[in-house]
Amino acid sequence: MKPAEFYQRDRRLQPPALTPDYKTSVARSPRYSMISLQNSLSEITGPVFGHSDIDPIDNDLIKNYAKDGDPVGERIIVHGRVLDENARPVPNTMVEIWQANAGGRYRHKKDTYLAPIDPNFGGCGRTLTDENGYYFFRTIKPGAYPWRNWVNNWRPAHIHVSVFGTGFVQRLITQLYFEGDPLIPICPIVKTIPDPDAIQQLIAKLDMNATIPLDSIAYKFDIVLRGRRSTLFENRLEGN
Amino acid sequence: MEQKLDYLRETASQTAGPYVHIGLAPGAAGFDIYRQELGWDIAGPNAGGERIRVEGLVMDGMGSPVKDVLLEVWQANSKGIYAHPEGGGEVEDGFRGWGRVITDFETGEWGFDTVKPGPIVPRGKLTSGVARKVQDTHPDWQGRSSERFAPMAPHLNLWIVARGINIGLNTRMYFEDEAEANASDPVLNLIEWENRRATLIAKRQERDGKPVYRFDIRLQGENETVFFDI
Repeated sequence: MKPAEFYQRDRRLQPPALTPDYKTSVARSPRYSMISLQNSLSEITGPVFGHSDIDPIDNDLIKNYAKDGDPVGERIIVHGRVLDENARPVPNTMVEIWQANAGGRYRHKKDTYLAPIDPNFGGCGRTLTDENGYYFFRTIKPGAYPWRNWVNNWRPAHIHVSVFGTGFVQRLITQLYFEGDPLIPICPIVKTIPDPDAIQQLIAKLDMNATIPLDSIAYKFDIVLRGRRSTLFENRLEGN
Repeated sequence: MEQKLDYLRETASQTAGPYVHIGLAPGAAGFDIYRQELGWDIAGPNAGGERIRVEGLVMDGMGSPVKDVLLEVWQANSKGIYAHPEGGGEVEDGFRGWGRVITDFETGEWGFDTVKPGPIVPRGKLTSGVARKVQDTHPDWQGRSSERFAPMAPHLNLWIVARGINIGLNTRMYFEDEAEANASDPVLNLIEWENRRATLIAKRQERDGKPVYRFDIRLQGENETVFFDI
């Protein structure tokens, strides 16, 4: 593909920096406006990863830290596609996830929540999308956990998701939530997003068609990265 | 009713949260899980150019170091070429141009070793389609060609995520000892307030004969770092 710019980020759907109900954002949000920057080679390029960077088991959180058995909790499959705003698949891109265990406890030395660590659960995984932009993970459904924001705030069950795309402008970290979770609409972090449709887009849907009977429940979560301009009015339509 | 545009919409960002290390730097979170973590070797042993170290702090609006930050760097090699199919050419074997570092949990200091990048080809050449045709032929655009086609001074592209940061912050680090190139850099010159340009320029020091660039990032308040909507 000929080098071309990406569509500008739609800041009306993205969370602004300052969202006071999420208290940590108050001191960590710039006060001046961002400087808008037309894409250059510095923005349209980005790191490239290959299968030599990872191991096949890296996307299986049920097995990738198992010591003496499987982790405890609801066995799930999280799967979907990474697409761009033109609905084209983004192949061979790195997707990384991390999460708490079934009790809402992270395997992190800074997490001191009283729910116990699961000796057989690490809580991170990574994979590359295939040629159709498809990815999947096998894991345990994470639990909700409390956090010090208001006196009684609980995060909905969520999985953190990090995606690269092909250009540094597409770099994205987000969180996956689960269909039907009543904590979603009252979470100050979810509510940093001003656009209700954009919130819905973060909620993975129960996918009975991908569920493996007597084994694992499946949730579908498609990820959309920024789209890229086509080269219009030239002899050959590229990319379309 | 009007026709509908059938574009998809970008997935909304959410903060990386306090435990970003579990996923992106599990060794720092206190456990080994992967054969290798990503982003620790930016340039590889074969890369040409000057070997440098880059260090700094990220500070919040109170002036306190942010101790749970994760930074990613994306840079060209010493010839100004990115390790990407559209990066402008071939790079040295093993040169990745991408790095990922976290801050020390106690001090908030971060740092990485790399090579100093070269100047990068101009941004105007990327314009495509209708916009390109207009810019190339319409007289109103001719005067802007110097901005569009000036090479960019050597720089690192940085992306910062942390608890309390709802969407990753993009900035650039330029080099103090590239004053001439910086003065004509089209991106620095986009910043209307000349005093703010200085927030993007790392200070050069020497330690044990090795160049160390100091780059502190202020998220908010006095000398707030310039962030870009890229």
